[in-house]
Parts: sequence; C-alpha cells; structure tokens
Amino acid sequence: MLNVGLVGVGKMGLSHLSILNAHPEVKSVSICESSGYVRSVLERYSGMTVTDSYEKLLEQAGLDAVVIATPSKLHARMVREALNKGLHVFCEKPFCLDPRESRDLAELAIEKKLVNQVGYHYRFVGTFNEAKRLLDARALGDVHHIRVEAYGPVVLRAKGVTWRNRSDEGGGCLYDYACHALDLVNYLVGPPQSVGGVALNRVFSADVDDEVYATLNFGDGLTGQIAANWSDESFRRMSTEVSLWGTNGRIVVDRQEIRSYVRNPTLSAVPVPAGWRTRNITELTAPVNFYLRGEEYSSQIDHFIDQIKRGAPDEVSSFATAARTDEVVAMIRRAAEGFEVPEYGALAAAAGKRKAAGFWGRAMGLLS
Amino acid sequence: MDRVLFGDNQFFAINHMSEEKARAQAMRFQDLREIIRVLDDAYDAGIRVFMCTTHDRIAEVCDHIRANPARYADFKFYPCMPYAHKFANAVTEHGMIEAMRRFLPNEGALSALVKGGMSLATKDVEGLLGLLVNAEMKMFHGLQTPVVFLQNVVTDLVLGLGANSTLRLFADHVRKTYDAEPGFITMNMPRLLDALDGVGVENPIVCSNINKVGFRMCGGMKAYEDAIASRKFRPIAMSVLASGAIAPREAVEYVCKMPKIESIVFGASSRKNIVEMKQLIDELSVAA
Repeated sequence: MLNVGLVGVGKMGLSHLSILNAHPEVKSVSICESSGYVRSVLERYSGMTVTDSYEKLLEQAGLDAVVIATPSKLHARMVREALNKGLHVFCEKPFCLDPRESRDLAELAIEKKLVNQVGYHYRFVGTFNEAKRLLDARALGDVHHIRVEAYGPVVLRAKGVTWRNRSDEGGGCLYDYACHALDLVNYLVGPPQSVGGVALNRVFSADVDDEVYATLNFGDGLTGQIAANWSDESFRRMSTEVSLWGTNGRIVVDRQEIRSYVRNPTLSAVPVPAGWRTRNITELTAPVNFYLRGEEYSSQIDHFIDQIKRGAPDEVSSFATAARTDEVVAMIRRAAEGFEVPEYGALAAAAGKRKAAGFWGRAMGLLS
Repeated sequence: MDRVLFGDNQFFAINHMSEEKARAQAMRFQDLREIIRVLDDAYDAGIRVFMCTTHDRIAEVCDHIRANPARYADFKFYPCMPYAHKFANAVTEHGMIEAMRRFLPNEGALSALVKGGMSLATKDVEGLLGLLVNAEMKMFHGLQTPVVFLQNVVTDLVLGLGANSTLRLFADHVRKTYDAEPGFITMNMPRLLDALDGVGVENPIVCSNINKVGFRMCGGMKAYEDAIASRKFRPIAMSVLASGAIAPREAVEYVCKMPKIESIVFGASSRKNIVEMKQLIDELSVAA
C-alpha cells in the first residue's frame, strides 16, 4: 500500500485526488493546497491531511510518491525537489515550459530509477491505442501525412483571470490544448524534425494564443499539420481528432471511434479487414478501478501506481516522452516569435542543468 | 417510480459512440421545437417521466410544460444536477473560487466567505450546498419533481474523496426543501451503496449503468449483479444498450431478469425507436 502526496487542488488536482483516494493500492493521500477555503472543506469532509507547504508535504514520513497539479510554471522546481527526495512523480501536462528542464528532469528520474509520468491522458484512450497498434503493425504501410485537430470551448470572451490566461505561466492554447495534440503526434509517429508555417493567433485573449496552426516536417517523406483552437463554442468539450494517410490506407481516430481504411490487409502484421472498419470506444475500453470522468483519467493513475508496485518505470507517458513534446511546443513558440528555428533536439540541448532557487516562497505564493 | 424514464443525452450532443452523431444531434436539437417534438413522442408513447440534467436549455423545456398544463398533466421531471460542464468550464475560465461564487446567488455573507478564501464552518458548507441545489432547481418551479438526482460526476467525485457526509446533506436537503426523494447517479454502484449505508441514507434510489456487456460498471458485472440481488436499494438501469453495443431485445431481457430493478432510463431521437423501446420494456417486464 502506498502513501501519496498531491499538490494543487484545482480542476485536475481534484480529479486526481478523488481517483487516488479510491485506489485499492493507495493507503493515504496527503494534500498541499494554497487556498484556505479549499483546505478547510477538504479537511472537514474528507479527513485527509492538508497543508499549505509543499516542503512539509514532501517531508512526511513514509511518503512514496507525489502528484503535481499546480500551474505549469511551477512544475520544474517541484518535480526536481520531489525526485531529490526519492519520490515517484506524476506531473500534470505540459511538463515543463523550458525543454532544457524537461530533459534534465527526465534524466534525473532515470538516474534515480524513479517512476515518472506526465498526465497526457490521450495515451490511455482505447481508440488512440488501437491506432498505435495498427501503425506499429504497419497496417497503413509508409505513413506520409498526419493531421491532428483539437477544438473546444475554453476561452469564449475577452475576460480571463486564471494562470491559463498568462503566457509566462504556461497559459494559452498552445500549452493547454495543442500540447495534447502534439503529444499524440509524438505517440503515434514520433516528434517532427522541424516546424514551419506557424500561426499563433489571438481570438479573445489579451496575453495568450487562442489558436495554433503549424506544419510539421518529419523527414523520410512524412509531413503533418496541427490545428488547435480553444475558442470554439460549437464543441461541448475538448475534441481531438487525428487523421493519418499511408501508402496502404488511412485512419481517422477520435476519443469515441477509430475508422480505418486498409487497401491490402496482407501487408499488416495484425489481422485487419480490407476497406473500411469502424471500432468504438465501448469495445476498446478496459475496465478501471474507479470511474470518475472518463476511463483514461483513471487508467493513467492506475498505470502510475502499477509502475511503482512493479518497481518498473516505463515509457508509456514518461518525463522523456513529455520532454519530446515540450521540445516541439518550444519549437512552435520560437517560430511564432519570428526566430529561426533549430532542428529537433537543439533547444533541449542548449544548456546544462539549471539551479532551482527561491522556490518555496514563490511557489506557494503563486498558487493562490 | 415509473418503470420507463426518458433521458436527455441525445439533446445535448452526448453520444458515447460517435462525435459525428453527436454533432448531428446538436444541430437538430438547437431548435427547441425539435426537443419538444421528441418529448411529445415519448409522452404519447406513455412515458411520463423526463430525467434530465439542469442544462440551461432545460429551462426552456420547463417553460413550455408550464405553459401547457392540460397537455402535460402527468408530466414529471427527475432533475439531475448539476450540469457539470457548465461548472467545469467556469472553473477553467475563472478558477475554483470565483467559479463557485458565480454559481451562488448574491446573498452576501457566504459568497464573501468563499471569495475571501476563508475557512468555513460545517454550517456554512451545508448552507452552500443548499444554495447550489436551490439555484439548479429554480427552473423547475411549479412543476412536478418527485425525484431529484445528484449527477454521477459529483456523486463519484465526493465518493472518491471520501466526503460521504455530503451525500447525506444532499439527501436531507432534497427531502426537506422539495419534498422529493433524493437519487444518486454513479459509475461505481457497489462502492456507493457502502458509502450511503455508512451515512444512513436508507433504501436509496441509485441510477447506474446496468448492461449485458459490463460497459462502465465499475467494480465489475458480478459485483453489480450481487448488489442488485442482495442489497436494499432502488436501482435504476441506464445505458442498458451500452451506447448501441447490444441489440435492444437482448439488452432489455438482461435487465428485466433482475426484478429488483425498478426503472429503466433510455434516450432516443426518433418516434419509432422510442415506441419500440417502450413496448419492449413493457413486454419483457410482464414476462419477467
């Protein structure tokens, strides 16, 4: 049985907290939260230990792991501190705003043999996993184009006051929405070598982008496009669709269904019918311990706990895979700012380890 | 409770199988007359209960029912609250505290406490919960609401947090203020029954997925079947077709074999499907 700490009881933190606390392998959950109101309600009604100090949280006796769900700007320092205490870490997405930090922390986690995971929950959706399975079996032959689109209703008017509306804190459609889409690209076909044709547009926001468009170049004849817009009210919630074209067919996949078209089934390493096939999430979803708001939110936590129990960190949604996504996000941001954009890998490699300083006071102050 | 309840997912672009179908439904049902037409089909097929979320658009349906009392003499609502996306989107846009404040009526003291981030006494939290429920119930004023449900995302959030006493607060408030039976929607039915037992909510109305393929029956089909066979509660089956994964007759047969299940809720958009499903449930309920 594990003792888990959680920092940041916002929307994602609350969801993780509920799922963790209901997990059969979790003995206790301790919380760090800066809002006195949220602390008092949680203390009174859930009976969990609640503190306002991340330092105190990490120093709790017997703590095995920590889940970090604070604004993105705080991730790097909090993750480093937890790893240095020998704790397994689950961190919300996007991982770090600076890809150098992402790479450093990925290396640190490997060096310390600690389980490390980032909350890219699309990697735990049955339909996207089915797409990955077909791609790995070369059912599409040589893939030559990938298109990913993510739309939803987050910022619909000119006012906004949370950290999600501030670019230097990891706000904006690029960090909040497009990173999911880019992570799916990385998951399915790997990171692009270069990006171009970037547009980061504002629709309603004053300080951040509301739309992201870019062309991705992978080399070897593979190109891609991303379109993300979090100011689209015609969607009830975030909706992400990936289309892939290959020499042997095509896949269109979203959270509900995967439609594949295969020209010659004998070229696929797994059985697949010729022509169109549709498979739905109902048949591609494995049961979870506790359901809150979509199986993927539970199964990513189940997976994190499972890695700790087995003592076997893996690469399903690790710091290393998230660092690749951070690198691509940084490339897109660079390109939008008019810089000449170096090829994949150059931004993360630009400097050595950076020192974390002035952490505690600033971290907790910013949480409110 | 009635045997057959009519659900509302189809009206709000909720389709667990296909985004395309969801969008087509959103386009069709943006016209209130289309929603009313389908509700009329259900009512004329003998279905008297509309089990619906507290989506803003339901307020328009309520207005229509109120305006035509003769036509809808037996029309009952089973409100399910809150419409979670309304709140979740507000949290993303405004932050947790400000979102909470926005959903509270402007009644000074509590609103100020929340906004000030001050700690709350138990009494305050009870008051807060009551105010949130009342805000959601406003649209049903003057209409029949014999059962009032807590939506699964809130029930299960609270269940996961172990804040079970709030389930009791909800039940007490609904009984006292609306003279209605409290109901709970959940994706974790066996676990919820334990929690409700623990806080003294007796013989609760619990609505959960119950279907032949075990879709979203968390804890496993066997635990569900055992609970239905042996525990004291009033089960409602939803998602009996598992979003279309099971053929209707087979799906309804499975549910009707368990006599403890009091009601079945389903949603449909065409008159043909509504009538067929209603007849099927009636036929197989008699047989069982």
